[in-house]
Amino acid sequence: MSAPDDTEPLREPRSCGHLFAVFTRLALQGFGGVLPVAQHELVERERWLSRDEFLEMLSVSQVLPGPNVVNLSLMIGDRYFGLRGAASALAGMLALPLVLMLALAVLYGRFADNPMVAGALRGMGAVSAGLALAMAWKMMGSLRNNPLGLPLSLCFGAATVVLVAVLRWPLAGVVAGLGSLAIALAWWRLRP
Amino acid sequence: MTATLHAADLLALFGHFLLLSLLAVGGAITTTPDMHRYLVAEQHWLTNAQFTASIALAQAAPGPNVLFVAVLGYNAAGLPGALATMAGILLPSTTLALWATRWGRSNKETRGVRAFTLGLAPLTCGLLLSTGWVLTEPSRDSPGAMLLVGWTAVVTARTRWSPIWLVALGAIVGAMGYA
Repeated sequence: MSAPDDTEPLREPRSCGHLFAVFTRLALQGFGGVLPVAQHELVERERWLSRDEFLEMLSVSQVLPGPNVVNLSLMIGDRYFGLRGAASALAGMLALPLVLMLALAVLYGRFADNPMVAGALRGMGAVSAGLALAMAWKMMGSLRNNPLGLPLSLCFGAATVVLVAVLRWPLAGVVAGLGSLAIALAWWRLRP
Repeated sequence: MTATLHAADLLALFGHFLLLSLLAVGGAITTTPDMHRYLVAEQHWLTNAQFTASIALAQAAPGPNVLFVAVLGYNAAGLPGALATMAGILLPSTTLALWATRWGRSNKETRGVRAFTLGLAPLTCGLLLSTGWVLTEPSRDSPGAMLLVGWTAVVTARTRWSPIWLVALGAIVGAMGYA
């Protein structure tokens, strides 16, 4: 696996304005989902988080109610500048995209049937899918350090794919059932 | 259809999304069936077609997926509607997330918190893979689009190219009719 290395020293955001700017840039690149872009911007470009930290924060934001990228922005903002930082990161994530989205909602009716527009949207959707798959691949590298061990971790990952993507079980049920089992096993493996 | 709702209706709209916020584990998109039931079947504030178009539009625009909630609110009741649905869906979950993250950070090294985050990590990877898989759905009957999916995945895994260039390229390839 020759993904970009994860050894460069970590950096920190300089100010709330910096947080706002980075999260705005990140959100505006996210077509069909911000998460793959978040990994690129926060781990590879800004180096605010290591790959392992990113995966841990994502795991937590995943089980909390609410959009996981919104939860992720709150966590990162709060970590550096408290409540002000959380608000700045959240505003960065939502403000400009919201304005853009509402402008598009007004325009949408006029261009929805244009074949070039429809084609461009399909192409962008395909790229989003590829980004998400690559991100999953990169994140799997972190599982080697997991107390569950790589083989068992991969089994849990595969079971999640089957339940969520193939059988379409509700996520809450999968996290409550399979997640509890994984947490219990990790708890046992971490015994002092 | 963009009816002007009364203050009482706006309050009801806000209240309903407030409730949905805490149920939205795994993202707001998981609560779409209930939004559909409420906005289309029960209140008749949106038509079926408006509902579907709102979600497709949000997928196409940049930004977090949760913004589809604002488009639903906008189509139901204009700008006040967008404000009501967005504030409703965000307030409870952000408050809870902030509280939980602070508690988790001050107990970061305890065995319980470590078991929680590390135990869930494999599931998170699985969920990311599932997201990628579900996103390929509209592309599966087009060889060109599937090629684009595969090419993007390989380039992203092996380089540090910014996703924005890949998305732009996808738009061009798609507009030319190859996706």
